[in-house]
Amino acid sequence: MSQHRKRRRINIRMPAIGGQGAVTAAHIMATAADHAGYYAVSNPFFGAEKRMAPAESYVRIGIEPIYDRGEVVYPDVIMVFHPQVITMGKSYTMPFYSGIKKGGLIIVNSEEDLLSEEDHKYLDPLEVKIFNFPATKFALEIAGTELATNMAMLGAFFGATQIVGTESVEEGIKARFLKRFVASGGTASLDSAIERKFKKKLELIEKNINTAKASYEVAQEWAKDQGIKPWLPAPKETAKV
Amino acid sequence: MQKTQQIKYNRAGQKVVSPEYLLFEAPRQKQFMTGSEVVKEAVKRASVDASVSYPITPQSEAAHLIGELWAEGYVGVYFRGESEFSVMSQLAGCSMAGGRAITTTSGPGTLRAMENFPMWAGSRLPLQLVLMARGVNSPLTIQPDNLEVSFLLDTGCMIWHAETAQELFDMILAGFVVAEQPDVHVPLITVIDGFFISHTREAVMLPPDDIALPPYNPYISPIPPIDMEMPPGRFLRDPFVMKSNYTSYATHASWQFEVRAAIERSRPYIRKYLKGLVEEFGDPEGEILFIASGTAAAQAKEATQMLIHDEGIKARVLRLKTVRPFPAKEIEEAVKGVKYVFIPEFNVVGWLEREVRNVLYGKTNVPIIGSPKVAGGMTMPPEIIVEEVLRILGKEVKHVP
Repeated sequence: MSQHRKRRRINIRMPAIGGQGAVTAAHIMATAADHAGYYAVSNPFFGAEKRMAPAESYVRIGIEPIYDRGEVVYPDVIMVFHPQVITMGKSYTMPFYSGIKKGGLIIVNSEEDLLSEEDHKYLDPLEVKIFNFPATKFALEIAGTELATNMAMLGAFFGATQIVGTESVEEGIKARFLKRFVASGGTASLDSAIERKFKKKLELIEKNINTAKASYEVAQEWAKDQGIKPWLPAPKETAKV
Repeated sequence: MQKTQQIKYNRAGQKVVSPEYLLFEAPRQKQFMTGSEVVKEAVKRASVDASVSYPITPQSEAAHLIGELWAEGYVGVYFRGESEFSVMSQLAGCSMAGGRAITTTSGPGTLRAMENFPMWAGSRLPLQLVLMARGVNSPLTIQPDNLEVSFLLDTGCMIWHAETAQELFDMILAGFVVAEQPDVHVPLITVIDGFFISHTREAVMLPPDDIALPPYNPYISPIPPIDMEMPPGRFLRDPFVMKSNYTSYATHASWQFEVRAAIERSRPYIRKYLKGLVEEFGDPEGEILFIASGTAAAQAKEATQMLIHDEGIKARVLRLKTVRPFPAKEIEEAVKGVKYVFIPEFNVVGWLEREVRNVLYGKTNVPIIGSPKVAGGMTMPPEIIVEEVLRILGKEVKHVP
């Protein structure tokens, strides 16, 4: 797609490390976009994931019905959930930004620039913006656990792209944690472990929402500095059912 | 005299409604869910008597969720088989006993159960298998790939191929209705591309869950349930092949023809309950025609939009909802006036390409291009489809970075 044309779609790839909650983040992201009236679809990488090994998930958000399925090979946005995706090559694609589209965005969970000179040489002519954002640090500060890293990344995405407001993000998080659903046995047991840690579910939701909202604001500021306008036109009313 | 309306309820206490009301008229609400979760929602509204399960990726979650329905009282009988072979055999027993039964499997599970599918068809059991296609082990893969459909084409079962979670929901319900018609009464394999549908979360419109299909009525079956003294029950107990005479040969042969004829007789019901055997998408004047089913059709739709919007090339998609019965007439009609036919597929053998070539043989000069084909778990980005079209047309490829 030429970058002069208006975007009709954002394809997002989330390279992460098993256990960080990239699948949950993708689910909430799609739910939030759906709540705001966009068409949205999310899916995990189709494999056998394990803790600390590469894990990946994907979201597609658009103003028209979405047919496209599977891994996002040509992403508009890449969200790097863990520095090891870059530093240790824990990614399903090498380099992790392979296939990124012109005018794309990379959000990295890191305070410092982890990209090499060579990386910048490739990405600069493509006008790819890079947003270094310490999501884990943020999660520790606001939620008191690094398990909320995915919430911080989620907030950063919506803050930077400006396609939905914080109320939709909040809705997405509530829909995920208040509704009973089965992702897999592993996720179910992880959920109960998190619940025990937080004692009360509502407290957990609140901390997640606070983390996402705070990240949203930081990313929004960054987007303003960068002169970024909303990444998608407002959703058509017809998308709302 | 005032008419009194009789309201019927099924075993789960759901109000029994007509298939037409459930599928087309009942108000629907939006839910955001995966294909696996959608299987549960469909089975919940299908007055299912029995389900037998066996775990295999990627269908395990759907099987597990049907188990929850049993625990909640929506499914009469539910248990785990010893293997997929057992599952399909036990399911046949459930159906022969007069129950409506459904199960799910994937890839190697399908192949392990293989002997049972022609048996289902020959016994005229209106069973439903939700097949979440995954690669078969050559070598091991747990990834999406629909090669297994190729093996199922000639089992005598109907084969439908859903494109989305929404369509899977509607197909499961419509599937029982069509498969149980007395003049059809054959099994149905409802295929989705594993992971692409089962593990993808999307918006789905669902009718309320306090209404359900009318329960299966075994007495409308064209054959008596579990009668071992006449065909087809007798085929199982007392195979004709063991009595070498022309009557036995002719009976067996004619019954096989009858099973296939029964599939053909499903067409009017499919037109009614699925709104056609095919769906047309894109520019009706499109010179580039994609013929595809399932996720390959979804990718072709995306590519069609890119061709129209970004490349100024008129394109369209003929999406097959059913593979058995095969929409030969619809395909013959669709290729009129097109310059190229592309058949994208998620398998190495190109089973759909073979089928299409078969029905078009001697009927058109349009070049049929069986690509792109991806397999073994690879995804098929629409960019790759567009690239392939541009390459064949001799145009510059510029949109792929």
